[in-house]
Amino acid sequence: MEQYLNLAIKAIFVENLALAFFLGMCSFLACSKRVNTAIGLGAAVIFVQTVTVPINNLIYNRLLSDGAMAWISPALADYDLSFLGFLCYIGTIAAMVQIVEMTLDRYVPALYAALGVFLPLIAVNCAILGGSLLMVERTYTFGESVVFGFGSGIGWALAIIALASIRERLQYSNIPLGLRGLGMTFVLSGLMAIGFMAFGGIQL
Amino acid sequence: MTAASTKTLLDPLFESNPIALQVLGICSALAVTTKLETALVMCLAVISVLALSNVSISLLRNFIPGNVRIIVQLTIIASLVIMTDQVLKAYIYEISKQLSVFVGLIITNCIIMGRAEAYAMQNGPLDSLLDGIGNGLGYSAILMATAFLRELLAQGTVFGAVVLPKVHDGGWYNPNGLLGISAGAFFIIGLFIWALRSWKTDQVEPEG
Repeated sequence: MEQYLNLAIKAIFVENLALAFFLGMCSFLACSKRVNTAIGLGAAVIFVQTVTVPINNLIYNRLLSDGAMAWISPALADYDLSFLGFLCYIGTIAAMVQIVEMTLDRYVPALYAALGVFLPLIAVNCAILGGSLLMVERTYTFGESVVFGFGSGIGWALAIIALASIRERLQYSNIPLGLRGLGMTFVLSGLMAIGFMAFGGIQL
Repeated sequence: MTAASTKTLLDPLFESNPIALQVLGICSALAVTTKLETALVMCLAVISVLALSNVSISLLRNFIPGNVRIIVQLTIIASLVIMTDQVLKAYIYEISKQLSVFVGLIITNCIIMGRAEAYAMQNGPLDSLLDGIGNGLGYSAILMATAFLRELLAQGTVFGAVVLPKVHDGGWYNPNGLLGISAGAFFIIGLFIWALRSWKTDQVEPEG
C-alpha cells in the first residue's frame, strides 16, 4: 500500500508531467486563459489518463512485449511485437476517448456539456500518450500503472489550474507588448517549474 | 523554384513560425534541448516525419472520408514515427535512449497533425512537401537556438566540445545551472518569442 502512495505522490508533485517532463504543453499553454476551461480540461485528462494507462499496460504485457503471448498458446511465445507499440497505444487512446465521450453523453450529459470540445482534443494531448510510454519504459505492474495514471493526471490538472489562475490575475498587469500572451505564459510556466522543483528533494 | 513555393518553404521560419506564433509542438521543443546532439537528432526526425506525412496525406486527400480523417492521419503518422524510431534505434542507439519517450511523442506533436489538417488536406503533394520541410525548419530553428544556448551556458560545451572551460575543471567559466533544468527552457523560449514579436510587431497578441 505504502509503495502505491509513494508512487502517487511522485507522479503528482515530483515528476509532474507538465512542469518536469513538458508533456501536454500545447493545450497547457493554449487552454489556460480561463480557470473554468482549465478545470474542465484537467478533469477530462485525469479521467482519460486513469483509464488508458492501465489498458495500455495490459496490451503491452499481454500482447506486445517479448514472449508476452505465451498465455494464448505456446506457439506464440517467440513473437516480439513491441515495435507496434506506438500504433496500438494511440489506437487505444483514440478509441477510449471516443467511448468515454459517448458514455458521458448518454449517462452524464451535464459533465459532457461542461467538458465540451476538450474531450476529443485529449486524443492528441501528449500527456496521455506520454503517460503510456513512460509506463512502458519504467515497466510498471498493472496496479502501479493504475496509480501512475491517476496521479499523473491529477498532477497535470493541478498545474494547468494553477497556471490559469495566475493568468487571470495577470490581466491587470502592464506587460511589455511583445511579451504579452504566449511569451509571458512561457516565463510563468518556467517560474512554476522552479517552484515544483522544491518537491524534487523529497525522498519517499 | 517559383516565388510561391519559396514562400511556402521559407515563411514558417519567421513569418509564421510553428512554435513562436502557432503554439504547436512545444512539448518536445523544451524537453530535448539540454544538449545540441539530441536536439539535432530530434529536428531531423521531425523534419522527415513531417515532410513524409504531408506528402502521403496530400496524395490520399481525395480518398480520405471526412469524418474518419483524424484516425487515418494518426495511423499514417504513427507508422512513419515507428519507422523513424526503428532507424534511430538501429544506427544511433545511445542518442535514441536519451530521447526516450520523445521520439514516440512525435505522433502527438501538434505540428504534424496541424500541418496535415491545415495544409496537406487542401494542397498538392509537391507544395505539401515544401510546407512540411519549411515548418520542420522553423521548428528546428527555435530548437537548435535553444539547445545551443542551454548547452553553452549550462555546460560550457558546443556539440560536446569544450568552448567555455568550467571552473570545476580548472577553467574560468562558472556554469549557469538554471539553464540546464526545465525552467531554463521555458525562459529561453519566452525570451525568443519576445524578441521575435518586437521585430515583427504584427504578431503581438491583442489585449485580453
